[in-house]
Amino acid sequence: MSYIPHTEAERQQMLAAIGVTTIEDLFEAVPATHRFPKLTLPAPMSEMDVMTEMAALADANEHAGDFALFRGAGAYHHFIPSAVNHILLRGEFYTAYTPYQPEVSQGTLQATYEYQSMMCALTGMDAANASHYDGATSLAEAVTVALEAGRGKRKKIILSHAINPQYREVVRTYHQGGDVKVVGDRGQASIPDLIDMLDENTAMLAVSYPNFFGQIDDFNELAEKVHEAGALLVMVVNNPVALGLLKSPGELGADIVVGEGQPLGVPLSFGGPYLGFFAVREKYVRKIAGRIIGETTDIDGKRAFVMTLRPREQDIRRDKATSNICTNQGLMAIATAVYLSLMGKNGLRKVAELNYHKAHYAAQQIQHLDGYSVNMERPFFNEFMVTCPAPVSRVNEALIAQGFIGGYDLSADYPHLKDTMLLCVTEMNSRAEIDALVDVLQEVE
Amino acid sequence: MKTATIEATTNQYDGLEPLIYELSAAGRIGVNLPEPDVPLSDLPADLLRDDLNLPEVSENEVVRHFVRLSQFNHAIDTGFYPLGSCTMKYNPKINEDAARLTGFAHLHPLTDVEGAQGALALMYQLQEWLAEISGFAGVSLTPAAGAQGEFAGILMIRKYHVDRGDTQRTKILVPDSAHGTNPATVTMAGMQVIELPSDKEGNVDLEALREACAGEKAASIAGMMITVPSTLGLFDRNILPIVQTVHDAGGLMYMDGANMNALMGVVKPGELGFDVMHYNLHKTFSTPHGGGGPGSGVIGVAQRLMDYRPGPIVDIIEEAAGDHDAPLYGWTQPPKTIGRLKAFHGNYGMHVRAYAYIRVYGGTGLNDVTRHAVLNANYLRARLKDHYKLPYPRICGHEFVMEGRFADSDVRALDISKRLMDYGIHPPTNYFPLIVPEALLIEPTETETKQTLDRFVDVMISIAGEARENPDILHDAPHNTPVRRLDEVKAAKQLVLCCAPLMKQVD
Repeated sequence: MSYIPHTEAERQQMLAAIGVTTIEDLFEAVPATHRFPKLTLPAPMSEMDVMTEMAALADANEHAGDFALFRGAGAYHHFIPSAVNHILLRGEFYTAYTPYQPEVSQGTLQATYEYQSMMCALTGMDAANASHYDGATSLAEAVTVALEAGRGKRKKIILSHAINPQYREVVRTYHQGGDVKVVGDRGQASIPDLIDMLDENTAMLAVSYPNFFGQIDDFNELAEKVHEAGALLVMVVNNPVALGLLKSPGELGADIVVGEGQPLGVPLSFGGPYLGFFAVREKYVRKIAGRIIGETTDIDGKRAFVMTLRPREQDIRRDKATSNICTNQGLMAIATAVYLSLMGKNGLRKVAELNYHKAHYAAQQIQHLDGYSVNMERPFFNEFMVTCPAPVSRVNEALIAQGFIGGYDLSADYPHLKDTMLLCVTEMNSRAEIDALVDVLQEVE
Repeated sequence: MKTATIEATTNQYDGLEPLIYELSAAGRIGVNLPEPDVPLSDLPADLLRDDLNLPEVSENEVVRHFVRLSQFNHAIDTGFYPLGSCTMKYNPKINEDAARLTGFAHLHPLTDVEGAQGALALMYQLQEWLAEISGFAGVSLTPAAGAQGEFAGILMIRKYHVDRGDTQRTKILVPDSAHGTNPATVTMAGMQVIELPSDKEGNVDLEALREACAGEKAASIAGMMITVPSTLGLFDRNILPIVQTVHDAGGLMYMDGANMNALMGVVKPGELGFDVMHYNLHKTFSTPHGGGGPGSGVIGVAQRLMDYRPGPIVDIIEEAAGDHDAPLYGWTQPPKTIGRLKAFHGNYGMHVRAYAYIRVYGGTGLNDVTRHAVLNANYLRARLKDHYKLPYPRICGHEFVMEGRFADSDVRALDISKRLMDYGIHPPTNYFPLIVPEALLIEPTETETKQTLDRFVDVMISIAGEARENPDILHDAPHNTPVRRLDEVKAAKQLVLCCAPLMKQVD
């Protein structure tokens, strides 16, 4: 086997050096009753045959290479410049370990520091960590920070129902062992309704920006009220491409900004690996989990980078750590750093505007169709709610037959949104595709 | 130091490589984007930002910048990486190509199941294989990393007891040699750690374990977390009595599977009596470490925890109709699930890579992986045992621990680690496990040649000589790396975490 390089002669020399006769002798401490079980697995396969099999599995999927994709709902099909993948394929990046040894890890460290810098710029925060698993776990870890900031006395967490339903589930999973009370998201509470829930027991209030429905809520007075109550304002960024255009969460008064970084240079990949970004105001930086890269100098005075504030982490603090996070999504953070470097301030703005214009064009076309209505109550970015003349599953069946992957059916998570789909339009959707989609929708009975 | 002339090896910046912001010039564009092909809509003026402080760099400069940065890294693809407990084995290139197939890379996670049958079939097959290798009733592919797998496992143990009305079971036993993630996980799940000592052989102190589970104390034991082979690289000879003792007390057994590279085809944790364990696909199954992630922390569980798994799980929701038809795969949620761990269903790109890896090796091949990983580790141990102190002088698993100190020198494990860099070798894990003074934890993996191992031995012997004859060369090491030892105190004190001050300067 090509990945195991030993020759028979070498094996014998090595066994002799160890002082045993066979490799089996090395496993004598394993209980004999359970030693060397049979593995019922397929026979080995050549690289050629494996690739053929996997290509067939890949081809059996309805993917954005073959279909016009109009679905988002937490994962977005955006343009990724070729240079991003070429950098990710550098073995020096992707086959390196966590940069615990900074003298031989400056590549990962500086690239990650640049990622942190760009996420600060995008969110309007002072510091960002080197990533969490995804947007959902970032939010769950923000809850931990808010509980810490409330010195363990404030136990109430207010969540908007317009935060991605999966993120809210993850918050509940993460905190099932504590005495945290998660409120606000079971009905259809508006932002003023959420403000009314604030009290002296509230650790944080979280809203989504843009929200899960693609809309930009009215945050007027929100930060002021949250801070008056002594709580933290957490903003969940559903799609950070929007921040190329929209005011930063920092400008809106957020204390912690979390979200899904996937739209910034990471492919859909059936749900992962993505990356959760996590940015905070300076006063909370010592309370956050995960790796943080800081600038310093080496003994010759040369600028260099290193993992810092290490005593917060599990390998040092053990059972006193607030999170067990170790492995993060480091390579995806580098993808995002390369993506944002290529886009730059003008490119990201342009991508965001393309999304905005195309989504609004599609919304206007659909609004004119008989039986359809588009929710225009709030400004939206690149997703919007469409109420259909038939169940969403039926509409999507008609669409898939014509080569379109339609919107996300909102009725499962939000029973009041019957026959309502969340449609997403990105820079990847051409006008011709949008027009053709509208034509098919027109035909649905 | 600034000099008037520009030398070939220096730049005008303070560091190795300018920051991407230092390469920026207002108005420069790094990407070629299309113009809108739809009529423009009015932008919501009161919602727009004024400025966005991202760098403005050409594509060529972006590529050069990140390629140059990459060259300051040590990586598996550039050299030997004997980093204990991390399993830095070769990452086959087919894995990367497979994960980038359009049908996987551009597949939306919320695709209707009928349109994702290829992706789901792969996950289903991987679930079956990983259950077989570990001897468990079933697995969940959703955890994003080993630590998240641990968290899931401990939450499952907690919920199992709570559902049985055993709410007083809140204590988890953890050996003192454990990974830091183990005790941190217990706290995160709202439970408490009881630390257990190790005996002279590196096994769990069985007497201490029996004492911790004795009498009335048994009723508070929720379970135990243990790494097999241990973080010292040793198979615990008492593993069966340990499992028995905890089960007798009513607790459940969690196995930290970070070291599964020592166990494939050697023993199945499920058959030893474990109730739940996590794999690290980025260790055992060659998915890349990515400079710190992404990983994948798939968990395997025994029958009594099947209903508690974090979902979604891939299952056959409609059997194949005839001989040639494929079944219909779909999502299921176990009835008593601890809940969702992350959005969607795990780090799918890592599932694809692990699938490719298992497919290439097959069952016999995976056993060969383990056999050679253990052979390589024992070869290094045997060849170094006269030059460094081995606190546990016995046959090891896939890794072993030495003391990086000498009676007649003030050199420490840190100095030895830094000196190895001068020879182009990544240091072993140092100062872990915590119970060994000046620990150096060495894991060569199966993909290294005898030549590489022999050179490592020669270098280590040479360093042991330097420690006595010329210790300063070790204290001052590394000498040949892109940067030298860093001022970590300054990093924590001045706390410069982003280029913000610089950005203001540029403005």
